[in-house]
Amino acid sequence: MQYGEAIRNGFNYLLDSDKSVIVIGQGLWSPWYVGDTMRDLEKIYGTQRVIDTPVSELACTGAGVGAALCGYRPIVTHPRVDFALLATDQMVNQAAKWNSMFGGNSPVPVVFRMIVNRGGEQGAQHSQSLYSWFAHIPGLRVVVPSTPQDAQDLLIAATLCDDPVVYIDDRWLYEIDDEVTEPKSVDLSTQGPKVLREGKDITLVGLSWTTKLLMDAAQRLEGEGISCEVVDLRVLNPLDASAIIKSVAKTTKLLVAEGDWISYGIGSEVITRVIENLGPKVLSAAPRRHGLADAPAPTSKPLEGIYYPHVDDVIKSIKKMMETSQK
Amino acid sequence: MKISHYEGLGTLRLPEEHRQPVKTAGFDVKQLIGWHRSMVLIRRVEEVIADLVESGEVRCPCHLAIGQEAVAVGVASGLFADDKCFGAHRSHSHYLALGAPVEGLLAEVLGRSTGCSGGFGGSMHLKAPEFGLVGTVPIVGATIPIAVGAALALKLDGENFVAVSFLGDGATEEGVFHESLNLAASMKLPVLFVIENNLYASHLHIDYRQPGDSLVRYADAHHIARELVDGNNIVDVAQATNRLLTIARTERRPAVLEAVTYRWRGHVGHREDIDVGVERQHNLPSWKQRDPISRLEQGLLIANSKLEDEFVKNRNEVDLEIAEALSRARSAPYPDASELLRIVYHQRNS
Repeated sequence: MQYGEAIRNGFNYLLDSDKSVIVIGQGLWSPWYVGDTMRDLEKIYGTQRVIDTPVSELACTGAGVGAALCGYRPIVTHPRVDFALLATDQMVNQAAKWNSMFGGNSPVPVVFRMIVNRGGEQGAQHSQSLYSWFAHIPGLRVVVPSTPQDAQDLLIAATLCDDPVVYIDDRWLYEIDDEVTEPKSVDLSTQGPKVLREGKDITLVGLSWTTKLLMDAAQRLEGEGISCEVVDLRVLNPLDASAIIKSVAKTTKLLVAEGDWISYGIGSEVITRVIENLGPKVLSAAPRRHGLADAPAPTSKPLEGIYYPHVDDVIKSIKKMMETSQK
Repeated sequence: MKISHYEGLGTLRLPEEHRQPVKTAGFDVKQLIGWHRSMVLIRRVEEVIADLVESGEVRCPCHLAIGQEAVAVGVASGLFADDKCFGAHRSHSHYLALGAPVEGLLAEVLGRSTGCSGGFGGSMHLKAPEFGLVGTVPIVGATIPIAVGAALALKLDGENFVAVSFLGDGATEEGVFHESLNLAASMKLPVLFVIENNLYASHLHIDYRQPGDSLVRYADAHHIARELVDGNNIVDVAQATNRLLTIARTERRPAVLEAVTYRWRGHVGHREDIDVGVERQHNLPSWKQRDPISRLEQGLLIANSKLEDEFVKNRNEVDLEIAEALSRARSAPYPDASELLRIVYHQRNS
């Protein structure tokens, strides 16, 4: 099953099994906005529960928060991460803080689903992912699926969670095809970073489409005798780094690739957690971060080609780390 | 639907007008005495909080609604505990009008664990869900769309409860107010927007902020039923509220109430707000002549001169209740330090 279809599978399971689940956002009745991830859901479950909205990101996100405070489990959908920024107050000031500022026992079981939709010369305001922005906020859980199985399961886990959860999927992954098990209830608090491929020479950490990129790199390097361990982050906040720490203790080398700007990013956080836990001498080679060039996304095709991290660049870095290793 | 022409506040903004006693004929005296008690309770609790702010015992920012009591009590008179109310930074009055306990408010502004928000909210983050108050927050306009979402939930529930969004005139200048009115109108959601127009956003008069002084024009723009009332006349507020609530409950669509009033204290803190401009300094004594509590008392005395005893009884009861609540609040502990990280998320990590 493809990644995009697996998201729809998750929606279908949730809407079918839990009457309190509703979906609200712009373009839900149109594949132009959400791909095939919500195809015909409004026909099956009704436009009362699958709600296409006015062009009002802030009010619609607030409405999701309000419905969550009154017994429902809304999934607020933004067809681009960039558009969700118009609703920042409701996500960051309201939902993330509600339980704390009212002294607990004030859960907000809302999902903010945002779609990364970049490339195709869409440019600076249609290309962002901003993972570490959201992961910086205490009170927001952030999940990022890289596989069809997780696209389904993490949507279910996010929706059944009593806390506000940011779920970010990526249209670059929608056609990835893999086996997906029957949907079932998943407890988000049991989920965390996962080793997708075991290896002994170097630890590669990614999320969303950079996990796919790292898996491709690992596959190619296997033929050259380099054994890569790939960890998929999956749950960015709260971050349980134990799987990564365990891996680096074994491999002594760490490379992080993210689909975002590098400064103050996911790579910085992951590398710091490892050093804090294992000490500065654990690494046998300097750690590496791969990500976007520090610029807004360009439109023209040749510039897009150099803007996003490429598997060849990652392979080059890994080989350099192997050569310079003190181990 | 007929769209009416824009009308301004007219005499409603003039403190020399609308000072006459509230007309109480046809009303149940017992109910009016109850409203009197609620207004006196709000007035006295906020005066006590003002004193605690002045003495330094209360340290959180407190925005007092002294002078605006009739709006909260008049609106609350039409509500049930299963309705869902939301407020903002100036919401002590809403909390108390809905019947939530005095001790929960006083302990909260004192930062104690027995406060309505466990000592994590202070004056600006109040909740009393069992009385219908889901939450109040100090980002201006933030709870307006949240109330619309509550109305969506209540509509899906299929019963006849409504959501209520208390907001001030300043909040109507936020974009989200207009998004929310459009969303509520186009989705036909049962929410009552109560705009307390006290003419000032912090220090700045509405004449410097908007091209018109009355806010019902925004309801007209969104085809929403609306009423404009003297917010210092509790009977007018209650009657208009009931007409609008009937629309929201039975027709499942939104409504807007604009209640014109005036706050006696500063935007924040205990001081009388006379130092922020000539107009305010000039008008405050006049607005005190339009006091919602005395006007109700005068109206009741016209009907029955013996009711003075009831007013005294209300004041004495309220003062006793506040004194006892304050004493308990003062002896309560601060929140335990372990709570800080424990309540960031509701769901426990396994």
